[in-house]
Amino acid sequence: MAETKETSEKDEKPKPRVRPIVRLGIFLISHSVLVSVVCCTAGVLALFLLPVLAKNTYISENALMPGSASPMLSYQHVSDGNRLVKDLTNLDLKSSETGIESQRVIAQYMLELGAEVSFHKFHAQLNQFHPLHFFSSPDSGVIQENFSCSSYGINTVGIIRAPRGDGKEAIVLVTPYNALKSGLGEAVSVGIAYSVFSLLTQVTWLAKDVIWLVADSRYGEYAAVAAWLRDYQIPKFSSLSTLNSEMCPDINNLYDLKVNSIAGSKYSNSFRRAGTMAAALVLKVGDQSEQYEDTISIYAEASNGQMPNLDLINVVNYLAVHRQGLRVQVEKLWSLLNSSWLKSLGEIFESLGKVAKSLNPEWKFGIPATEYVEGTATLASSLYYQALGVPTGPHGAFRDYQVDAITLEISPKYSLDKFRRNDILLRGGRLIEGVIRSVNNLLEKFHQSFFLYLLTSPSKFVSVGVYMIALALLIAPLPMVAASLYVDANSLDSKTNKSTPSTIADTAERGITIRSWRWLYSAKLVFAVHVWGAIVSLLPYFICQIPDCSSTISFMIWVVLSMISLLTLYSVLASPFSCNNASQEKEWALVKSVTISYVFIGLGLMSVINFATAEIGALLMVPMCLLARPLKFDLRAGSLRSFSRMVCNLVLGLIAFPPAAFFLLKGMLEDFGSVNIGDFWMWVESLWAWNSATYIFIGMVYLPCWVLCVHILLHTC
Amino acid sequence: MTLLQRPLLVLLLLVTHHLLQCWIAFGSVDEEGQKQEEFNEELLLKPLPDRKVLAHFHFQSSAPPSTSNGRHHHLFPKAISQLVQKFRVKEMELSFTQGRWNYERWGGFDPIASSNAKPPGVELWAVFDVPQHQVDASWKNLTHALSGLFCASINFLESTSTYSAPEWSFPPSSGNLRYGTLPREAVCTENLTPWLKLLPCRDKAGLAVLLDRPSIYRGFYHSQRLHLTSTGSGSKGTDSGIILNQALTVVLQPIQPNGLRASMDHASEKHIQPSWSLSSIFGKQVRGRCVLAKSSKVYLQLDRGLVAELKRIHKENEKSVANGLTSENFWSYPSFELSANPDRIVIEENSLHSKSSSILYNFQVEKYSESEPLDLGLTWKIPVVWLCQSAPLHSSRFLMGSGNERGAIAISLKSTQLREGFMGAFADNERCELRVDVFQVVPWYVKVYFHSLQVFIDQQPKAVSDVIEKIHVSPSKDKVSPGMMEMVLKLPCRVKSAALTIEFDKGFLHIDEYPPDANQGFDIPSAIISFPNFHASMFFLEDGSVNKSPLLSKFQEKSPVMSYTEVLLVPLTTPDFSMPYNVITITCTVFALYFGSLLNVLRRRIAEEERFLKDKATKKTGQLPLLLSKLSAKLRGRPWEPPHSPPSTSFFISSKLVFKVILVAGLAVGWQYYFS
Repeated sequence: MAETKETSEKDEKPKPRVRPIVRLGIFLISHSVLVSVVCCTAGVLALFLLPVLAKNTYISENALMPGSASPMLSYQHVSDGNRLVKDLTNLDLKSSETGIESQRVIAQYMLELGAEVSFHKFHAQLNQFHPLHFFSSPDSGVIQENFSCSSYGINTVGIIRAPRGDGKEAIVLVTPYNALKSGLGEAVSVGIAYSVFSLLTQVTWLAKDVIWLVADSRYGEYAAVAAWLRDYQIPKFSSLSTLNSEMCPDINNLYDLKVNSIAGSKYSNSFRRAGTMAAALVLKVGDQSEQYEDTISIYAEASNGQMPNLDLINVVNYLAVHRQGLRVQVEKLWSLLNSSWLKSLGEIFESLGKVAKSLNPEWKFGIPATEYVEGTATLASSLYYQALGVPTGPHGAFRDYQVDAITLEISPKYSLDKFRRNDILLRGGRLIEGVIRSVNNLLEKFHQSFFLYLLTSPSKFVSVGVYMIALALLIAPLPMVAASLYVDANSLDSKTNKSTPSTIADTAERGITIRSWRWLYSAKLVFAVHVWGAIVSLLPYFICQIPDCSSTISFMIWVVLSMISLLTLYSVLASPFSCNNASQEKEWALVKSVTISYVFIGLGLMSVINFATAEIGALLMVPMCLLARPLKFDLRAGSLRSFSRMVCNLVLGLIAFPPAAFFLLKGMLEDFGSVNIGDFWMWVESLWAWNSATYIFIGMVYLPCWVLCVHILLHTC
Repeated sequence: MTLLQRPLLVLLLLVTHHLLQCWIAFGSVDEEGQKQEEFNEELLLKPLPDRKVLAHFHFQSSAPPSTSNGRHHHLFPKAISQLVQKFRVKEMELSFTQGRWNYERWGGFDPIASSNAKPPGVELWAVFDVPQHQVDASWKNLTHALSGLFCASINFLESTSTYSAPEWSFPPSSGNLRYGTLPREAVCTENLTPWLKLLPCRDKAGLAVLLDRPSIYRGFYHSQRLHLTSTGSGSKGTDSGIILNQALTVVLQPIQPNGLRASMDHASEKHIQPSWSLSSIFGKQVRGRCVLAKSSKVYLQLDRGLVAELKRIHKENEKSVANGLTSENFWSYPSFELSANPDRIVIEENSLHSKSSSILYNFQVEKYSESEPLDLGLTWKIPVVWLCQSAPLHSSRFLMGSGNERGAIAISLKSTQLREGFMGAFADNERCELRVDVFQVVPWYVKVYFHSLQVFIDQQPKAVSDVIEKIHVSPSKDKVSPGMMEMVLKLPCRVKSAALTIEFDKGFLHIDEYPPDANQGFDIPSAIISFPNFHASMFFLEDGSVNKSPLLSKFQEKSPVMSYTEVLLVPLTTPDFSMPYNVITITCTVFALYFGSLLNVLRRRIAEEERFLKDKATKKTGQLPLLLSKLSAKLRGRPWEPPHSPPSTSFFISSKLVFKVILVAGLAVGWQYYFS
């Protein structure tokens, strides 16, 4: 190898002993190709092994004691809940045009229980792109001057004060309810919450206040919950932001509620608070499930892949499965369930596990193939939703304020007719009661269990210590390859320099110093592309200012503008096709080296912010970066190896282009027919609307990396 | 004769018994006619608007200043008098509270709500009659003494970072005042028992019999207070008079015989307040007074709103009875029924608030005995709805922001609708101002930035100097003293809402300063909001009996309306408490590496080693070690040199060994595979 030759030249000089760790490093760098192949394969394999390595969940916090008390929710409470459901559905028939009536009914019911009731008016806030608001704490919202009465939403909030509690903490129960077009499911979810609420007004064990938020979901469930939370956590005291209800007559009607006398309670206009939130549950009742059992789906992913404490999921899972006999499921990628390659992979793992078990009965890492396939599908969806960085439900709003929250969606086996409804009300209510009671037992906030995990089934998880291995293996070869490329490029040059014998030692010395700074040119190029990436990720902010622009057109504008800016930057800063100088012959190696180190830094940073994004990004970027090599060389060589490498490069370069990857994935998961060019724009829009760090990652790391790889592929010298 | 003598003897016995009782009750009759040690017990019951009942026990023991008894007392608890003498306590109040006083539903304007509603946990303040520099020492000793006396961790108030010295905002303003709270202190029977021990009859006789532990701790609010004032004048503490007021306030939910649920179905019964009696809420009855008590009374209070409502209902129902309400006929109204006839009816003399005045029914416990116990009950006949009078502004305090870095405390004041009633006279006046005092203590780890104080009135930001008339701030010192803020706000009378916000940074604690349940968060004690313009007092017709009753005279005292805000919970950053283990592991590793390499460097002689290696290289080498040495040379990044090969013998053995090991392992694997 070049390196050994170099060292042999300098062998005459007495050389100090090199330390073992340095020797190891040099060894790895000199065998970077082998190392990178081994590491990448191991990384991908480790990812596929994750469902096998998943551990069973267990309740880590002893204070939770789920299910240790028998449920107190009786048929009396259920019939109360049922009465509310009937009232709400009857109201629906009467077609109340603003939906105020149903809010009033709910508030009246809450008042009769002796709860403190208040209405929270909010203005539906449009998600807007704030380039500088990524990672910042949620702000108190833009103050909109021109609002109209029609765009108000009204949340109904009921609070039960714990009789003997000190009111420092609160548990939040959220039921989204759209008064304008509510299905039976929403009414039933309100009914379940009401039956639990009516029980909680009577119990003596309550230590934390309970807040029941009936979120007006006419502008989306998330918006209503987020608006309420914003006013709860960061209220504005100046008048601009508070909604003056005087301007809107139908909201004032709401306050004509009779002062309920028995409990001495009355509604109040002011915003009511309880203490610090300990946990939040969002309850939804879905339509009839296609499953053969009553199922309950848990949605846990919040923005930027944040997860609630695993104990919260554990408690729900434990109570639902072992107490209420509900089937618990978390989201899966259904399309993966039928894939044959995954099945065969599962069978291989299963047989391997069998062999291992026959060797030593203590080794129990084999899982059945079907379980493996399901686990992989769940893991893939878990990774996907975490990577997307978009919350999967209204619970996401809570996580922004460091409150653990999950969404529970109950899907009944049969349709919600009268008899079945009672059963759902009872079981759902007992589940909610049990969870609230567990959280109520909690002395400290959730901290015992994991926050960083991936679910492979409701009762199995992969913790951060295990899943980081896959990513670490994937990105481990990057610095080595970068170093070896750098050394390679330098040594090649030195060889060419050595071939001219007329150079005296002094100039050679200077030449070496100049050469060792040659990477700066490449760095300049990489930096330029990086700047371009920043510009591209800022462009949507300006594009969405253009009025009346369909998503397809916006996308087109974006692409065109990006191209123009890329060409300008290229011509100004770094021209790719200027290799008149012989010394720049190995330019591409240096560019690749700098690109790879840049990708390594980017992936490392992203893995801290959002692991799943980094993992998926690494799966695409690492092979692309490692394989990138000017096509011209491969064409020139003409061997089978170089030809296959060229094909790989081309395919990877095509797939890894973000829109292409998006359309491919979408087509694979749904249907190729439904793919529309504007979809990508919509997807990107949703990313920045949710302040997802994935957007930044794509704009600032992924896209520049792709461009640089294409640059290397098209390198002419 | 003997037959005649017997009744006489009995009579004599009876008389002496009575005399003895009197003697015990009133203490020794002093020649100079000094005041005697006294003990009074009173109980006030009051129906609350939200179907609950308030019971307020008030026990007063007083020891007049006297030198005659020396250090002994007849009735007065010796522990307390020793406390007063030792620490020169001028005035002190200790309260143990569980639950929260609901200012909106249970009222915030009457003397009970204003001076008996306390923040959750323990609150202690004391004024000392000692020179300024001795106050802190006295306070520390006092906390320890009280801690032992009441089985509570009051000694945590000893640390300077937990108590503060308010200058003027706290009502009994005085230079030697110290104030501290423990919001997290749990209150239970272990605190009640020592409190009851201070009573001459404990809970064996008199009204204290009612204090059945399960029923009072089942309540919604439970607060036991101990307030003492020493009226001593002399520099020697021995001859000071002490008045000890012990009050216990509970809010209980009467248990309905048929249950709440059943009655909910009937629309007519829905609004009827629950009926209750002493035996139904406490599970006990009053079987006579404590024989040592000078007076023993039970009051039933109907507050102003309720009386006004009853009058209105009565007027609607019976137009014919147009004559005004008198104390005699009121209780016989058909709206409710009392199970016992009141001995007296005291009507509040209403001077300030024209609306209505509250009524107190007085029951003398002396009249009841073991055979004929007092089981005072109230039975409602018609639904009544009323509201308790609340403080002029309803105050609430909350935290803003999220995260572990910073946040803000906000105090929001909202006007209550009832205010127009008693502000009516001033409301027209533009210059009318409502004075609000705010006293707030924050622990040092909540680092408040006082410059960030913002004031909003009716949702308009105001300059701080326009609103705040007077402010006194003592900033916190890390680990030494808490931050304290006293403010006087001048708000316009027509204010609808006002808000104060102040920002803070969350500090870091040392690892051993974290409490055992650090992940729960840290408490910010309640702030005190008082309204000096308003006095929570009731006026009664000057009557001999009123003066005799300590409870009523307490009600008559002019004290500003006060309310406590919520306790706040601030989540601070907490370390991973399992970290010490990790730290120990990693430090041990680092140390091992360090010392290992150091030893290596010190021990090794490179020249000698090379010579040694060359010696060995002369020996022959096998084929496999040759390869290995080539590989290792490559690993080192040097060209392979044959003489540098390692000794053959060891390698030969090792390769043999490796082969054997592999063979045995393979056999074992095969055996396992085929035979299991």
